Amino acid sequence: MLDFSLKIGGQAGQGMQTIGYILSKIFSRGGYHIFSTQDYQSRIRGGHNSFQIRVSTNPVGAASAKIELLIALDEMSIAEHQTELTATGGIIYDAGDAASAEAQPGRFTIPLEKLALEAGGKKVYVNSVACGAALGLLEYEFSALEKLLIASFSKKPPDVLEANTKAALAGFKYAKDNYASQFATKLKPQATTPKLMINGNEAIALGALASGCNFFAAYPMTPATSIMVYLAGKQKDFDIVVEQAEDEIAALNMVLGASYAGARAMTATSGGGFALMTEALSLAGITETPAVIALVQRPGPATGLPTRTEQGDLLFALYAGHGEFQRVIFTPGSAQEAFYLTQKAFNLADKYQVPVLILSDQYLADSYRNIEPFDLSALKIDRCLASDEDFADTQAYRRHEITTLGVTTPLGASTPLGVSPRLVPGKSAHLVVTDSDEHTEDGHLTEDLDMRIKMVDKRHRKYQGLVAEIEPPLVNGAAETDLLLIGWGSTYGVITEAVHTLNEQGKNVSQLHFPQVWPFPKKAVAAIFKSAKRKVIIENNSTGQLAQLLRAETGLTVDAKILKYDGRPFTAEYILERLEL
Amino acid sequence: MKCNTFNGLHGRSLPLATGAKLVNPELVVIAEGGDGDMYGEGGNHFIQAARKNTNITLLAHNNQVYGLTKGQASPTSEPGFTTKVQTEGVKISMLDPLTTALSLNAGFVARSFSGDIEHLSWVIQQAIQHRGFSLVDILMPCISFNKLNTFKWYKSRIYKLEDEHWDTSNKAAAYTRAEEWGEKIPIGIFYKAERPPYEDLISALKGKPLIDREYNPQRVSKLFNEFI
Ligand SMILES: Cc1ncc(C[n+]2csc(CCOP(=O)(O)OP(=O)(O)O)c2C)c(N)n1
Ligand SMILES: [Mg+2]
Repeated sequence: MLDFSLKIGGQAGQGMQTIGYILSKIFSRGGYHIFSTQDYQSRIRGGHNSFQIRVSTNPVGAASAKIELLIALDEMSIAEHQTELTATGGIIYDAGDAASAEAQPGRFTIPLEKLALEAGGKKVYVNSVACGAALGLLEYEFSALEKLLIASFSKKPPDVLEANTKAALAGFKYAKDNYASQFATKLKPQATTPKLMINGNEAIALGALASGCNFFAAYPMTPATSIMVYLAGKQKDFDIVVEQAEDEIAALNMVLGASYAGARAMTATSGGGFALMTEALSLAGITETPAVIALVQRPGPATGLPTRTEQGDLLFALYAGHGEFQRVIFTPGSAQEAFYLTQKAFNLADKYQVPVLILSDQYLADSYRNIEPFDLSALKIDRCLASDEDFADTQAYRRHEITTLGVTTPLGASTPLGVSPRLVPGKSAHLVVTDSDEHTEDGHLTEDLDMRIKMVDKRHRKYQGLVAEIEPPLVNGAAETDLLLIGWGSTYGVITEAVHTLNEQGKNVSQLHFPQVWPFPKKAVAAIFKSAKRKVIIENNSTGQLAQLLRAETGLTVDAKILKYDGRPFTAEYILERLEL
Repeated sequence: MKCNTFNGLHGRSLPLATGAKLVNPELVVIAEGGDGDMYGEGGNHFIQAARKNTNITLLAHNNQVYGLTKGQASPTSEPGFTTKVQTEGVKISMLDPLTTALSLNAGFVARSFSGDIEHLSWVIQQAIQHRGFSLVDILMPCISFNKLNTFKWYKSRIYKLEDEHWDTSNKAAAYTRAEEWGEKIPIGIFYKAERPPYEDLISALKGKPLIDREYNPQRVSKLFNEFI
C-alpha cells in the first residue's frame, strides 16, 4: 500500500494553492485516492500558507500528521514544517545564492527562480517549475502535467502556455537528473475511471444546482464565500440568480422573499453572518417559508480565526432564532454527504415549509477529495406545491390552513402534520397571505389566544414528519464493539481512519457518525449505545456540543471526549494518541 | 388593499421585495413600512434598493416618529422634538429621504401627503408605473405620538410641485427643492428618470421568470468535467 504526503509551503500570494491543486489533480487522474487540505492565514499577501496533499492507493478521508516531501517556497516553510517530515523525507527548495552549499541528504536544492526566469522571464513561473520538480523527484510522467497546463491556460495567449510548459519541464528535469535516485517514493499512473476532485463547498453548490436552486443571496464571508462564487459562474447555464446582498440580514430576507414567490432559495454564511440571520430565520419559522442555509463554521467568538476550522456552532444553529419553531440541521462529513444532503435539504424545506441548515466547516469546505461522480439518477426535485384545482373557490384557500391537504408523507396522508398547502403568489387565482405576526389560517394578524395555540401546535406537528425522514447515523464496523468513536460533520473521514488503524491492530472498534443532528436520531442512538462498551466522542470544539445534545435528548453520556479547538482539524494520529488504549 | 401579502419583519420589507421581484419580475411588487422601518432599522436596505433600482415601489409612511413603540424619535424627527426618550429634544439632524434617494441615483423620487388622497393616489400610480425603484415618502400625522407635526402643521405648509409645472427631469433642481423644509414643504414628483431596472440587466433573467423554468437534477452531470 502506498500512502504518501507532500506539502507546499510559502507566503500568501506565492501560489501554493495553484501548485497544490495541479498536483492533486494529476494524482487524482492518475488513479490514486487523494485528500488535500489548505492552511492559510487571513491575509491577501504575506503570512504563512500551506497546502498538503495525501496520495494513497487506499481511500483516505483526512490529512496525515507526517509528510514525506516538503516543497518550501520560502525559508519560513522549512522552519515551520521540518518537524513534520518522516525520517526519509525530503525538502525541495531554492537555496538562491547559497546553491553551492554542501549537499545534505534529503535537501533537494533546486534553483526554482533561476529556472523560472530562464523559461519565461518572470518569477511567476516558479509555480510551474515547482510542480515539475515534484513530479521529477517522484519520476511521474511529465505528460500528465503538460495536459493539465494545456487545459489551465487554454484561454491565455499561447506564449503563456509555452513558458509554463518550459518552466515545468526544466524543474522536472532538474529534479529527476539530480535527485530522483535519492528519493525512494515513486508514483505512476494507475488504471482508473474518472473521479471528481471536489471540496465541500463545491459539493454543496453542485447539490444546490441539482436541486433546482434558482435564487441564492449572500454576503461574502470566509469560509462560505466559495459557494456563492461557484454558483455565480453558473447563473446563465443553470437559470439561477446569485445576489450579493448588502448584509446577511438582507440575504436571508431576500431568500425568504424569493421562496415565498416560488423559488428554491438558499444562502450561505459563517457564524458571524448567521448571527445576523437569526431574526429572519425566525421569520421563516412563523411564515412557514422554505429556506436552505449553509452555515460553514469557522472558529469564533466574533471574528475568531477567520480562515481556520471549528465545530463550535452546533448548539447555536440549533437554538438560533427567537421563539419556538421547527428546523432541520444536516451535518455532512464528506463531499458525497454534502451533495446529497443539500439535495435533501431543498426537498425537506419545501415539503415541511421549514428552514433547513447545512452545517459544515472550513475543513470540509476547503479540503479536496476525489470521489466517484455523483449518482444523479435517483434524485428528484420535490416541490410539494399545491395547485389551484385543490380548492373549490377563492374563499377556500388559506395559506396557513390547519390541515393535511395536499401532503402525502411516510406517515400517511391523514396524519396531522402541520403542513399547509402552499401556492405561489401570482401563479394562482388565490391570494397568498402570510405574516410575521401570529396569524389566522388565512395569514392575517391575530391576537386570539386559541388561534395562537392552534398555530404553535400546528407548526410543531411538523416534527413528527421530520423525525420519520431523519438521515440515520452511520455505523462503521460491528455493532457489538469494545469502543465506539463518535463524531459529526467533518470529522467523518478522520475518525474512519482512526478506526481502521485500530481494527488493523486487531482491536474491536467502531465508528458512529451523525450526518444529521436535528431532529436528533434518539431511537437509533439508544440502540447503538446499548451494544457498545466504551464511548468516546470526538469534536472540533472546546465544550463537546454533540455530547451535550446527546445527553439532553437521550440522557446518554459518553465515557470520554477528545476535543480540539486550536483552529486546526484532527489527524488520525492525534486521535490515536489520546485514546489511552 | 386586497393582494398577495408577506408582512415581514420591522425594517426588512425591501430585501423581501427584492427577492420576490427577481425570481418573478412579472409580479407588481410594493414594499411598505414606516419611517422607522425604512430609514432607521432598514436604512441600509433603503440605500441598497435605491442604488439597485429593482422595479419595486416603496411606500414609506412617514409620521416622523416611532408610533408603534409609543413615540420615540425616528430618523425623520425634527431636531428639538421631545419624547420620553429624547427628553431634551432630538439633538441630531434629520435624515431627508428625498435627497438621500436622489444622491443614490434613484429614478423616481416623490413625496405626498395622506391628507390629500387624490394627490397621493396619483403619485402612487405613477410610482408603480415607473420601471425601477420608486420612492413615495408619504407625510402623515401620528395623532397619538406626534403633537408637533400635526395634520394642521402639514396642511399649512404643503404645496404641490405640479401647480408650478415642475420639470421632473432636472435632478439638480429636484435636489435643491427637496431641501426645502420649514415654512413651506413641497410635495409631488420631484424627479423621474428612466434607467433600466436591475432585473433587466441580469442575463440569467432574460426570458421567462425563473419560477416558470424547468429544472432537473441530471443537468449537473455536464459540470462533472470541471472536476476531473
Ligand atoms: C427588530 C425590531 N426592533 C424593534 C421593534 C419594535 N418596533 C416595532 S415598530 C417600531 C418602530 C415603528 O416606527 P415606524 O416604522 O416609523 O412606524 P410607525 O409606528 O410610526 O407607523 C419599532 C421600534 C421590532 N418590531 N423589531
Ligand atoms: Mg413612524
